[in-house]
Amino acid sequence: MKFLKDKVYELRPLFNKGGKYEKFHTVFDGFATFLFTPDHVTHDGAHIKAGIDLKRTMFFVILAMVPALLFGMYNVGHQHFISNGEFLGYGDGFLDKLIYGAIKVLPVVVVSYGVGLGIEFFIASKKGHAINEGFLVSGMLIPLIMPPSIPLWMVAVATAFAVVFAKEVFGGTGMNILNVALTARVFLFFAYPTFMSGDTVWIAEKADAYSGATALANSIAGSPGFSATDMILGFIPGSVGETSKIAILIGAAFLILTGIGSWKIMTSVMLGAGIMGLIFNAIGANEFMQVPFYYHFIMGGLLFGAVFMATDPVTAAQTEVGKWWYGLLIGMMAVMIRVFNPAYPEGIMLAILFGNVMAPLIDYFVVQSNIKRRLARA
Amino acid sequence: MSKSIKLKKGYDIKLVGAAQPLAGKAPLSKTVAIKPQEFRHKRFKVVVEPGTEVKAGSPLMFDKDHPELQITSPVSGEVVEVKRGEKRVLQEIVILADADTSYIDFGAARPEQLSAEEVKAKLLASGAWAFIRQRPYNVLANPTETPKSVFISGFDSAPLAPSIDFLVENESDTFQAGIDAIKKLTGVNIHLNVHASDTKSSVLLQTKNVTINKISGPHPAGNVGVQIHHLDPIKKGDRVWHIHPADVVIIGRLFLKGRFDARRRVAITGSEVENPRYFESIIGVQAEALLRGHLKAGKNRIISGNVLTGTNIGEQGYLGFYDHQLTAIPEGDDMEFFGWLLPSYPRPDISKSFLSGWFKNRTYKVNTNTHGEERAFVVSGQYEQVLPMDILPTFLLKSIMYKDIEEMEQLGIYEVAEEDLALCEFVCTSKIPVQKIVREGLDLMYQEEQ
Repeated sequence: MKFLKDKVYELRPLFNKGGKYEKFHTVFDGFATFLFTPDHVTHDGAHIKAGIDLKRTMFFVILAMVPALLFGMYNVGHQHFISNGEFLGYGDGFLDKLIYGAIKVLPVVVVSYGVGLGIEFFIASKKGHAINEGFLVSGMLIPLIMPPSIPLWMVAVATAFAVVFAKEVFGGTGMNILNVALTARVFLFFAYPTFMSGDTVWIAEKADAYSGATALANSIAGSPGFSATDMILGFIPGSVGETSKIAILIGAAFLILTGIGSWKIMTSVMLGAGIMGLIFNAIGANEFMQVPFYYHFIMGGLLFGAVFMATDPVTAAQTEVGKWWYGLLIGMMAVMIRVFNPAYPEGIMLAILFGNVMAPLIDYFVVQSNIKRRLARA
Repeated sequence: MSKSIKLKKGYDIKLVGAAQPLAGKAPLSKTVAIKPQEFRHKRFKVVVEPGTEVKAGSPLMFDKDHPELQITSPVSGEVVEVKRGEKRVLQEIVILADADTSYIDFGAARPEQLSAEEVKAKLLASGAWAFIRQRPYNVLANPTETPKSVFISGFDSAPLAPSIDFLVENESDTFQAGIDAIKKLTGVNIHLNVHASDTKSSVLLQTKNVTINKISGPHPAGNVGVQIHHLDPIKKGDRVWHIHPADVVIIGRLFLKGRFDARRRVAITGSEVENPRYFESIIGVQAEALLRGHLKAGKNRIISGNVLTGTNIGEQGYLGFYDHQLTAIPEGDDMEFFGWLLPSYPRPDISKSFLSGWFKNRTYKVNTNTHGEERAFVVSGQYEQVLPMDILPTFLLKSIMYKDIEEMEQLGIYEVAEEDLALCEFVCTSKIPVQKIVREGLDLMYQEEQ
């Protein structure tokens, strides 16, 4: 480490103002601060600071997504093979499935990070600020919410669109209104709907005869078409990271235990979805309404969205009371969209984006009630 | 009516180097200094120059807006330097202290035998008025105003803070006299807030003429700002005064002995102090005098006050007017390999992403490293965990940043001072300079009011 540290000290002047490689300051700084927490000391205000920083926070979120990513890769392989009538058991052809899935998924991860971080680095060096860590999470989320058959160029276009128009135009990490990864997805959803919905995209290189419809699409006819076990374990077609509820719950437990993810938001999204599901069960006006409410938790991306995307602290409500309302709103909207609009079988994406837009309004009401309460004191 | 308040939010930062309750005589400090910048928003006229002989209680400078308000010398001796910084801003008035202090005689008189006007005149003439601070803004109290109540916090919950019990030990007469003087001066309710279980001192618990409230909870429960918020909240135009208990003792001495006797116990604390303890010392003492022979080798930061709110003064610097503690911790100007991921030494944090978040009773050796770089607001809900007030800290800070005066008022700017949000700054993932922002907000509001 001593060698590396000396190297950083030695090279740093070259990248500072007036140095030979001044232009690449932010890039150098990005790598140097990744390797070494900088030697900055406090100057005004508190003399000591807590250990946590944004790098650690973001990295912990990525760690939480690893189970979903690994399982997602495996399932991409699994779905492909069973659609062709091979390796029908969960564990049959384990390596083949994993390798096949990795070949499909890892390039998407690489493209997402490459394009996103490339833009981040470029903008940071243009604007002369440090590289923000926000995209580390978005870059992992994007591959996890894509169908396995997504063309790489679409991932590139969508990532570029999301980073530039959902984040950088607002001022970068911490300033965005919409969740960056979901913006990438919604962009593709409306720009290239045939690649993002229907019954052909959810299984990579699917055999034509095999039905590739998701549980949500099936539910329009009144039944998910998969066993609850498969839906919980995740051996169903769907976006890469959303299928295994177990993998997502491991991530959720990790986020809640470390205090990085808001348990309030996760809980309230599920609560909202449950309430709406129960209401629809009571009405029962069409087949989808009659699908038992608890199926909503294990179908589609509701859980993934609740755990990893609704909890994005920048785009969520920022008051503690607001977080409850924000989550409830998202959960209810998600189920409502699922049930009312067969054209958009998955509601959580639009529900979270809607929640993002409403979050400042929710906070506004919480702030106003705080002001009123404080004025009313004796 | 005395009240009992249990606070839940907050965080006790437990550090290595708490002072043992030993109070010896401090080695003589050759020089002491008054730092005019500590009295925020005051414009002073200096009345001494190098060479002027002063006694303890002799005026050094007076407030141009209220000429009766003077800052006086805590020792007798000779003024050796009137130090000015950029734009001739007054930095320090340094006095070479006599070995034996001689005092100006302000006349001994029990406060109950004096009128409010006489009490005020005596406080102003002796310089003891400067101990009275005002919320909002946390500035020197204005002698032409009267507060709606007075607050004295009988315990300090800050990291390594001195025990107030110990600071006022054996001072029951002077403490009571100080309280009586303030009561006579203001005629309003004096809240003396003690810790529900830790305060044992009879000096505090048996004080008369005050409302004794019992408070419990982690830091910042000992901050007057938090206490005022729960007991007598400040609205626009309100004035609440607050005084440190050890300074109440100095006020008491003024009335009982007729002298401005600014001796106080000072704790030397922190991981870089050998045998952390207390000294019988005085306002404005040079740090070196107390730390000589007690400081460990290495690059240290010497702080007047505590690690959250104190001032970096260096070894040659002087103890602040309102401080009762020096803290020495190591500088943290070293790069740490993957420090953000795999910390190489334990550090305090409320985040459960560190082991420290799980073990509440560990004590830590801390340094001044920022452990990361400043970023925009990203994580929400952190500040709320450590602010035991019905205030939305993030929204208040943002309103200060975009200078919306009305919103700042509504969100509670009058109720806070930097020290109340110091823990927010400590826990912040984005390393936002919270106290600096609060100070900018307070300064802006203060100027609006003028």
